[in-house]
Amino acid sequence: MPPPRSIPGTTLFDGAQAIKGYALNKMCYSFNSAANREQFKRDEDAYCARYGLNAEQREAIRRRNVLDLIAAGGNVYYLAKFAGILGLDVQDLGAQQTGMTKDAFKAKLVAAGR
Amino acid sequence: MARIVGAITSSHIPAIGKAIARNLHEEPYWKPFFDGYPPVHRWLAKVRPQVAVVFYNDHGLNFFLDKMPTFAVGAAPEYRNADEGWGIPTLAPIPGDQRLSWHVIERLVGEDFDITTCQEMLVDHAVTIPMALLWPGRDAWPVRVVPVCINTVQYPLPSAARCYKLGQAVGRAIESYDEDLRVVVIGTGGLSHQLDGERAGFINKAFDIEFMEKLPADPLWAARYSVAELVERTGTQGIELLMWLAARGTLGGEATAVHTNYHIPISNTAAGLMVMERRAA
Repeated sequence: MPPPRSIPGTTLFDGAQAIKGYALNKMCYSFNSAANREQFKRDEDAYCARYGLNAEQREAIRRRNVLDLIAAGGNVYYLAKFAGILGLDVQDLGAQQTGMTKDAFKAKLVAAGR
Repeated sequence: MARIVGAITSSHIPAIGKAIARNLHEEPYWKPFFDGYPPVHRWLAKVRPQVAVVFYNDHGLNFFLDKMPTFAVGAAPEYRNADEGWGIPTLAPIPGDQRLSWHVIERLVGEDFDITTCQEMLVDHAVTIPMALLWPGRDAWPVRVVPVCINTVQYPLPSAARCYKLGQAVGRAIESYDEDLRVVVIGTGGLSHQLDGERAGFINKAFDIEFMEKLPADPLWAARYSVAELVERTGTQGIELLMWLAARGTLGGEATAVHTNYHIPISNTAAGLMVMERRAA
């Protein structure tokens, strides 16, 4: 099998990403539980330490930076649960990742329909 | 014998759940989307399905990366929805049909599909949102379900051709079932959208329109593309069109679209809806 072709601005969550991001994704998966979300909010350091995040992952969580979280092995479906804690919707995430304002990002989506 | 009354394919965008809960159907942002569904309600009232076989992709509610099946078939007495972590309303459990589930499982494995069987299975918005769109305002679900989950989380993903073949095999399984049952097949997800990366917000209207035009009569049109090529054309979450191909596969041969709706944007997504029936011989 040839490796997946490179798509600009896109990370396919393959085996290499799965290995790199396991601890981070496992922590984010735990955020399906409201009790776990509360524990994270009470003591973020302790919660990240319990899941064994590496320094890159810990820093990306601290900075709430989606592109850094993806680079650190984060998978969008689990990261969405972290975004839920922060009260961010998918347009907030899109705006952050594309360096646009939220209004500009939403206008871009509307423009795609024309 | 059981009979497939047709297939419905629909987006499953989480924001729809909030819009339903807040009754935003007539708001200008939502109206072009929700207006697609009353014709489907009328079609459902005509064909009166008793069971829905639902192809969907789990978004990290039931499955984690510790064990990630490519194809998983539900065999549970009921399917519960649960907290997904970002606050859409949790809907009532949906009754299962265990006897039909095991029949489908037997037939799929008999056709060399190495599936995972699930006697407990949480279903996320990819099942509940389309159900709420198709059967709105009910106290109890009017159909039993057999969920079939296709992995779109962990690459490698199954190819478009493989998902279509899975659908064909599920179709044969349903139609070899010994009970007189009317079965509707539902495929959820898509159409083009991408949530992650610098390319977030990617939508491809031209591809979606062509995909929907081809799906009834030439479903393998999309199977010319590899998964990576489909992601390139439809976005990282646009790959959910695999569910549409599986649902279309259950109808076999040629089909006709009896209803279509398409609207950009709902949330970050191009929202699509189709109802297909077998073309009468």
